[in-house]
Amino acid sequence: MARKGKKKPRLLQGNEAIVEGALAAGCSFFAGYPITPASEISEILAYRLPQMEGTFIQMEDEIASLGAVIGASLAGAKSMTATSGPGFSLMQENLGFACVAEVPCVIVNVMRGGPSTGLPTNPSQGDVMQARWGTHGDHPIIVLAPSSVRDSFDITVKAFNFSERYRTPVIVLSDEVVAHTRETVVLPDPDEIEVLDRIRPSMPPEWYIPYKDTSSGVPAMGIFGDGYRYHVTGLIHDIRGFPTARTDEVEPFMRRLFRKINQSFHDIQIVNRFMTEDAELIVIAYGSVARSARRAVLDAREKGVKAGLLHLVTLYPFPRRDVVATIRDARVVLVPEMNMGQISREVKRVNEGMSRVATLNRIDGCMITPQEIYERLIKEA
Amino acid sequence: MGKRYEICLSGSGGQGLILAGIILAEAAGVYEGKHVAQTQSYGPEARGGASKAEVVISDEEIDYPMATRLDLLLAMNQKSSDSFYFDLKPEGTLVVDSTFVTQTPTTKAVCIPFTEIARKELGREMVANIIALAALATLTKVVSLKSLEAAVLARVPKGTEELNRKALQLGSKAAKAILKERKPESIKGHGPDHEDTAYE
Repeated sequence: MARKGKKKPRLLQGNEAIVEGALAAGCSFFAGYPITPASEISEILAYRLPQMEGTFIQMEDEIASLGAVIGASLAGAKSMTATSGPGFSLMQENLGFACVAEVPCVIVNVMRGGPSTGLPTNPSQGDVMQARWGTHGDHPIIVLAPSSVRDSFDITVKAFNFSERYRTPVIVLSDEVVAHTRETVVLPDPDEIEVLDRIRPSMPPEWYIPYKDTSSGVPAMGIFGDGYRYHVTGLIHDIRGFPTARTDEVEPFMRRLFRKINQSFHDIQIVNRFMTEDAELIVIAYGSVARSARRAVLDAREKGVKAGLLHLVTLYPFPRRDVVATIRDARVVLVPEMNMGQISREVKRVNEGMSRVATLNRIDGCMITPQEIYERLIKEA
Repeated sequence: MGKRYEICLSGSGGQGLILAGIILAEAAGVYEGKHVAQTQSYGPEARGGASKAEVVISDEEIDYPMATRLDLLLAMNQKSSDSFYFDLKPEGTLVVDSTFVTQTPTTKAVCIPFTEIARKELGREMVANIIALAALATLTKVVSLKSLEAAVLARVPKGTEELNRKALQLGSKAAKAILKERKPESIKGHGPDHEDTAYE
């Protein structure tokens, strides 16, 4: 039963696939602090990056980790850090800085049980809302959730591309099951992967206006050391990068931050549909739970229940249009999650009262099984 | 061959069960081209806590990556034999390390003293997991011994190849002795009907 293809498959863990994805996307800088269940990412990059003249730094904590990542990105390196819930909490302040200063970077959060140090070796999906709203202030953010080893690779590449294209931090929200599951995968060759780089200024340095609006809303990014000198601050700034409180400068700046993401929903929002065309019962799932949901949908179909799965890859910006279009004709929407209901809130928010949103929550540090979802589907049918 | 075959390797932290799971998954996935998913669960302890690795082998793409009803359970200590036996299908196979498992939950259990063999024959308890893997492959044909050997040798540290090869031979020998004294049909096989002559 050998599968066809020239390349031999490799047995990789989700975390290893994130490393491969990062390197394929051109990541050359990693600063982090090891934490279960994300440690393998640091461990492997500590070995791999120096081999390709990249830089790995083990920092004193997660606050400094993201600080170093932001610095490296301003100096032109595609940069990443990886952590889990407790470390992600510490990164929130610098995450906001990266949003406002528009510094491309990728932050991997492999979710484990929480709050606090919680359940280090068990899975959870408790950080969804933290990924969206963890840092203070009104801000747009991109959050992507892988559900398999191959997904972990593809999504990490996408995360780097989005961060470069939109000059924004991108969060890869993995979970312990995805991170530690090993599967055989055939990874694409470098020439099969689309890699995007930030837009660099083309004018002479003395004409460069660092935060000047463009049609995409994304200003060209000067690299420190290349002669394009500008001021970087967490304060709201004018087009030259200097702090301002003038209403006629603050408002356009804030609107541009949102616009650069909002006018590109078609590019950023990724969903997978599975048997949704004629479905009366829709399961909306993400991360490792999407895999259980797929099995449950197949089992329910065998029993004659018209079930379908909408698998969310992009969690934020929340793919409202895809969700609304899919659940419009459904009677029941079931949202299984390893938390008390974080994405189910979003589904309820966009539902407009057309179908009933049911939740299935598990918070004991265990994966939701296909059986649990299946039984619920049969009950709701 | 069945669509989905589920294996659990259980015992205590330090017995090499997660490595064994990785090797088994690699043998089936990389060397035999099947779909595999390997997961694990362990406590925060470095040694001594409960540890288990699960391997799902399938002809189709695997959606749910964890084991639900086991076809094959390896228990390397009493506690894991007691607690995971109930996850086994009625027709599933239980293999225990009789060095540590003194009370088996079923008379159908296959008892082989993996750790004792490792200690006595090779002077290294460390390879009990490799001996166990060879026994599992011989008993159930879940992977061929050839693929298993290739996977073992690709994963173990340099300089231990000979030790591991011997461990594989011992495990296969012990399993063959069991197959001789029992009706072979009492152990439900999974693998394709490949003839393994590697360790005749």
